[in-house]
Amino acid sequence: MSHSTLEETIASHETPGSQFYPRFVITPELEAEANDRISHYTVNKRSATLPLLHIVQHKFGYISAPSIEWVAAKLEIEPIKVLEVVTFYPGFRQSAPGKFHIRVCRTLSCAMGGSYELMERLCELTGIDRSASDSHHHPVSVSPCGKFSVEYAECLASCGSAPVCMVNDDFHECIAPEKAEELLAKY
Amino acid sequence: MDASARQNVKFQKIGFAKRAFLAIVLQTPSMITYTKQPHPKEYRLIFKNVDREGWDPSIDCYMRDGGYEDLKKAFSMQPKEITEEVKKSGLRGRGGAGFPTGMKWTFIPPNNTKPVYLICNGDESEPGTFKDRYILHQDPHQLVEGMVISCFAVGAHTAYIYIREEFPEAALIVERAIEEARAKNFLGTNVLGSGFDVEIYVHRGAGAYICGEETGLIESLEGKRPYPRIKPPYFPAALGLYMCPTIVNNVESLCHVKHIIRMGGDEYAKLGVARNTGTRILCVSGDVKNPGYFEVEVGKITMRELLYDMCGGPKDGREFKAVIPGGSSSKILKCEEKFKLKNPDGSERELDFWDIQMDFDTLAACGSMAGSGGVIVLDDTRKMSWVLNNLNAFYAHESCGQCTPCREGSTWMKKISDRLVEGTASPSDIDTLESVAYQIDGRTICAFGEASSWPVEAIIAKFRDELLADTKQENATIPHNPEEEAQRRFLQPV
Repeated sequence: MSHSTLEETIASHETPGSQFYPRFVITPELEAEANDRISHYTVNKRSATLPLLHIVQHKFGYISAPSIEWVAAKLEIEPIKVLEVVTFYPGFRQSAPGKFHIRVCRTLSCAMGGSYELMERLCELTGIDRSASDSHHHPVSVSPCGKFSVEYAECLASCGSAPVCMVNDDFHECIAPEKAEELLAKY
Repeated sequence: MDASARQNVKFQKIGFAKRAFLAIVLQTPSMITYTKQPHPKEYRLIFKNVDREGWDPSIDCYMRDGGYEDLKKAFSMQPKEITEEVKKSGLRGRGGAGFPTGMKWTFIPPNNTKPVYLICNGDESEPGTFKDRYILHQDPHQLVEGMVISCFAVGAHTAYIYIREEFPEAALIVERAIEEARAKNFLGTNVLGSGFDVEIYVHRGAGAYICGEETGLIESLEGKRPYPRIKPPYFPAALGLYMCPTIVNNVESLCHVKHIIRMGGDEYAKLGVARNTGTRILCVSGDVKNPGYFEVEVGKITMRELLYDMCGGPKDGREFKAVIPGGSSSKILKCEEKFKLKNPDGSERELDFWDIQMDFDTLAACGSMAGSGGVIVLDDTRKMSWVLNNLNAFYAHESCGQCTPCREGSTWMKKISDRLVEGTASPSDIDTLESVAYQIDGRTICAFGEASSWPVEAIIAKFRDELLADTKQENATIPHNPEEEAQRRFLQPV
């Protein structure tokens, strides 16, 4: 796949959150980290697709076309094989989220505990408009200033302390809707 | 803040003298104290160290408590003997299907010459289940020890722990635990001088429920889309990771292995009831006063004891309505239901909902399943159409899209339940919903088809009248899409 085709295929667009994430650039540290991960899979390098994508997303906020090319080159596979993984897994994003990405659990126990209301409250407080989002193709909505973004997650596996959410890698439990303000104040 | 981190903070906050005191005191098991006291009816085996005062996930803490002694014992045994003990213990997989673990291990072809892999399924994502979270965050060495023993038993020199993406901290904690264990030669080359080599790696998922299905997980571990493989021929024990024999076990199951080695298979089998041995962790969520985890002997407590004694009953002024007993995929049970069960001698007996023992066989006989142990409780304020729609949205989102009945059906079911919630459904929609569910069930490569259709089938079977009350006959004429809208002009009276 040529570079331009990949650019066209990937659902990447500028968001207010883009300002908080560096452009994809290959550094010796990135290479070293990737090589270490690849060494865990002696039979087939392709197994390192998910780990490498995690490294990219962690450092650059989302998976861009050049990063897909890089992962494909590292693993000696076609870029389409990386792209199909990126487009399948809800955990991989193709555009920048906010500086703080909030994932609210929407599955049964959390929904019963008020996670829909929590999401509404978070959007109200951060000025996020979720009307254009849908769970499959545009799950992430970014605030106008780019500081926050929200997304519904499916079961975060802490149903006993519902409702729960994650802010980047931090986990928060028992976040009733009225605690939304308190939660945001931490960031 | 997550529970283990909170634990650490708490640990730092208590003074040095008290900490030293705790370190001494905690060596005697009878003196264990917890931040949340276990209920008297609990039997703590796997969760012994969860939310325990002064406990941290480090190897030092684990070894002060007798950690890795069972590994030493295992290395004094033959691999076949370990498998034999696990078989004797009667341990059944804790991930959902309840398949006997020891038997699974023996499915590796006897004349196998390929490398064998062990995979720990830590993709905990069945709605209602939250047990593996605590093991991974707070007691990672218990899992590592169980895994090394299991690797030795099945002859695996490489093992992977598949941890869901939503547990980033757990992945770090487990990786640290692996490093610590390697430094002490509990894994790596020539483990404890036994001549056995084993490496364990963490592999993080990326937010897909289907990766909890063992063949989907294997595809994901191979770096692909996690489309489940068809069985036969792709039984992982014969054709798994890289087409080599692969054993996939749940986090909790692998932890049990360690205790089976310590206690001996026969002794372990005395816990629980016949054919449903050991302990298991029940995760209760939803409309109860005290939700949370409870580790109990399998089959030794009833629904009444669980929901009233352990969880404190319904919230004030409310009544229990229904219970989903084993993760969202299991069929819902009504609280006023009575079940007809067969006794071993062939005679029938009636069982009241509240007297159901929480084990694999009783729940299966009641038409549901013990599944992953996630008990979701609904009270009289919950509308079944809303519950159904929430679950349908989950399955529509998580269907991998490989098999047509599931891909189209799960989305279709969600569209219908959307209408139920919006108040635009007609009575015939319920029949359509039911027929769609039965056309997914049994017609897909993996069990996701059943997982997505069982909740629908059960809710319609048990709450049809309540669902029908949310429909209106005149809604049958509402067009559902632009095409139908366009066709309507032919139906207009001239």
